[in-house]
Amino acid sequence: MVGLVLVAGFLVLAIVGPLLTADPAAQDYTAPLAPPSGAHLLGTDDLGRDALARVAYGARVSLEAGVLSVLLAMVVGVPIGLVAGYYRRLLDPVVMRLVDVVLAFPFLIFAVGMAAILGPSLRNVIIALSVSLLPGIVRVTRGEVLVLRELDYVAAAVADGAGDGRIMFRYVLPGATSTLIVQATVGIPTAIIGEATLSFLGLGVQPPTPSWGVVLTAAQQFLDQAPWLAIWPGVMIALSTLGFNLLGDGLRDVLDPRSSR
Amino acid sequence: MSLLEITGLKVGFDTEDGEVQAVRDISLTLERGEILALCGESGCGKSVTAMSIPRLLPPDTTRLSGSIRLDGRELTELPERELRAIRGKDVSVVFQEPMTSLNPSFTVGFQIAEVLRRHENLSRSAARTRAIELLELVGIPAPARRVKEYPHQLSGGMRQRVMIAIAVACSPRVLIADEPTTALDVTIQAGVLDVFRDLRDRLGTAIILITHDLGVVADIADRAVVMYAGRAVEEAPVTELYARPRHPYTAGLMRALPSAAVTLEDGRRRLSEIPGLVPPPYADPEECAFHPRCPRAQDDCTTRRPALDTYGTGHLAACFHPLSAAAPATGGGS
Amino acid sequence: MTTPVLEVKDLVKHYHVRGRGQAVRAVDGVSLSIGQGEVLGLVGESGSGKSTIGKCVLRLTEPTAGSVHLSGRDITHLSRRALRPLRRDVHMVFQDPYSSLNPRFTVGQIVAEPLRRHGVARGAQVDERVREMLERVGLGAEMRGRRPHELSGGQRQRVGLARALVLEPKLVVADEPVSALDVSVQASVLNLVADLQRDMGFSCLFITHDLSVVEFLADRIAVMYLGQIVETGPTKKIFAEPQHPYTQALLSAAPEPDPARQRERRRVVLAGEVPSPLDPPSGCRFHTRCPVAVDTCRTEEPALIGVRDEERPVACHLVTATEVPDITGRD
Repeated sequence: MVGLVLVAGFLVLAIVGPLLTADPAAQDYTAPLAPPSGAHLLGTDDLGRDALARVAYGARVSLEAGVLSVLLAMVVGVPIGLVAGYYRRLLDPVVMRLVDVVLAFPFLIFAVGMAAILGPSLRNVIIALSVSLLPGIVRVTRGEVLVLRELDYVAAAVADGAGDGRIMFRYVLPGATSTLIVQATVGIPTAIIGEATLSFLGLGVQPPTPSWGVVLTAAQQFLDQAPWLAIWPGVMIALSTLGFNLLGDGLRDVLDPRSSR
Repeated sequence: MSLLEITGLKVGFDTEDGEVQAVRDISLTLERGEILALCGESGCGKSVTAMSIPRLLPPDTTRLSGSIRLDGRELTELPERELRAIRGKDVSVVFQEPMTSLNPSFTVGFQIAEVLRRHENLSRSAARTRAIELLELVGIPAPARRVKEYPHQLSGGMRQRVMIAIAVACSPRVLIADEPTTALDVTIQAGVLDVFRDLRDRLGTAIILITHDLGVVADIADRAVVMYAGRAVEEAPVTELYARPRHPYTAGLMRALPSAAVTLEDGRRRLSEIPGLVPPPYADPEECAFHPRCPRAQDDCTTRRPALDTYGTGHLAACFHPLSAAAPATGGGS
Repeated sequence: MTTPVLEVKDLVKHYHVRGRGQAVRAVDGVSLSIGQGEVLGLVGESGSGKSTIGKCVLRLTEPTAGSVHLSGRDITHLSRRALRPLRRDVHMVFQDPYSSLNPRFTVGQIVAEPLRRHGVARGAQVDERVREMLERVGLGAEMRGRRPHELSGGQRQRVGLARALVLEPKLVVADEPVSALDVSVQASVLNLVADLQRDMGFSCLFITHDLSVVEFLADRIAVMYLGQIVETGPTKKIFAEPQHPYTQALLSAAPEPDPARQRERRRVVLAGEVPSPLDPPSGCRFHTRCPVAVDTCRTEEPALIGVRDEERPVACHLVTATEVPDITGRD
């Protein structure tokens, strides 16, 4: 429940926030690095831009990067995992060796490498992150399929003469959905942190577009003079990560067919 | 005084759907050197009743009340630390699954010796000697060699014997065996049951045998308690119970066995059924829990709950309309 | 003579153990046949290979050697596609009523699947057939919208039966269908199976470890030990006079639910353990545990032949025209 509220809150912030706050690019030269006040609730940055507006607009960019990269990874990874797990003898060894190679690199290192090759932009960040997330999703899908294909109800479908496609999509995949949805939900915070890291390193979203990572990078230089600039994007990253993780846990319970009435 | 006296035991578990009443109200006694069978179908509360004795139940969600006295000592009020000294020493347990109950990383000899060193303060070499003796006691051939083996090197029947050896290592006064032969093949089962019989005869261990198998009860138990929906519905010495079951549920169970099939006039073979389902474990209505499934139920069964009445020596049944002593239980076969 | 519904000849199934170059000889030369409307009880303990035979019959696993004929047609090497129409005639009931039903389907969908798959019925006809079949297994119309987790074990097993029987197959392979059930539920499911079998006339390969269940249900039984059949014949004859020492041991080991009789009985406790199917004993596979084994048993494999009675072959050197071993008479 807490997770749902947090995630819903962030979605509202991402959608509605930028409409209610000031223009994140508008500069107020009279008040650079102003502390929180009535005019600027969270203060301003070095260029006099409204920090609240940048955090709110950043939510949009960061969540977009997080959600889209996971979606992309799922769209590509689930079918690969499904087919690899189902046709174990033919495809599994090849696919799993490739997955092992990618998984040998830590997630962020791989994402950094990918982003460096692709060049900095929001689109490339999403591609880099989804390629880095892909092996995990392939592996989880395949693991589920390996378990599910041994169950009696799948054997029953085979014995009834069901074709491979039908067995995969009507019997095996539905059994894996709850795990996959949970996997996706907990993949989003990983991607959000990944985006922040790439942007922080200058390999991701480019200023002046505000993502949480970009805002954090800019704030870093003024940690002494204006600590409030760094706190909020940091809190946002932490809370959204927590929210998605809690949501994932909650979904796991709800999606179990045995617990639904 | 009996070795073990359980009085008015109630055990419930907190779950998301409310409190599950596993044991609603049960009282029973166990004498020294006796083999007492707790029988009934899944969910009747037989395992929970027995596991309440060493309190091997999830502490956070269990609500337990009533009294459990071992040699006059009240166990329900003992703190966890004192109970730990009793578990494995005075009261020990043999579980159903011999495959998962042993630690795969240590030799069977080490696992037996560990219990001995914890409770009896035996030295390493004394414990090892005793472990070999125990393996011999439970009928494991070549015990001096087996003691050095790991669980995966043993078959299911042998593992169950090792579990029994661990359970009796400290000469417990009460041995609880929870479906000890259910996971074993019939030809292996007979040997394991012999081990229990032998332990009782040689060491005088009192055994509580939890089982759903009426064949096993007939084979080994002295006395049996039949449970239904968290209560005892009938209790009697085994020969008496099988010859003259009084409670319709006991009689129904015996008639439902495939070996009790009867041949109808048209040549069909039929088993006697018990219609309906076990009542849900949430509510505890003030009526006989079995009445919706009972062929002998009358109006009074739906309004009050029958208490246990005596029918001859040691024979108790909780029924307003019990079977008469003359009615044979097993339907004569074919 | 009519063609048997199922004929299995010299079936062999070896599972290769990875990296060891050894094979688990799960089934090692089994032949059996089931006539129309006949129930064959396949009895054995764990590891005897009885379930593997069921899987081979349904081609859920590929036999290593031997053949499987359904109504005279060799299905051993048919491609999956060619096999599909034949699957209409053979169905399976599984042991575990919890894992054998798709948790995401409703009861109605589960029973309708085979009808749709084989294009037997469409639209309203499907609903009608499903309702009829559920009624036959004793489940009311209100069950159709439920999902497996809302049912009791006995109800699930009834759904499993309904799914297996909705196409009115010629053969049903039932692998321990009642072992996971409580006695009172087991009784009603067994009665149901007996009634349905009689009314619908399907043949049945009933796989179980429980002798009392086959005695109730089967016309003939086949007893397996370590991947081979040691004795087969009409149920009544085998229960009246088991000839193979292993059959005798099995029958004597199953406790009778009657304390007076059970304690009188002389039980045979077999020595030792079931040997590993990786490396089965030479000669007669049972010789390592057989209390009456002689030298020949250790070297020569006995053939499954009806020396005394055509109807009931036994694989034992000691069963001769004049003599039958008796292990229960000894101490």
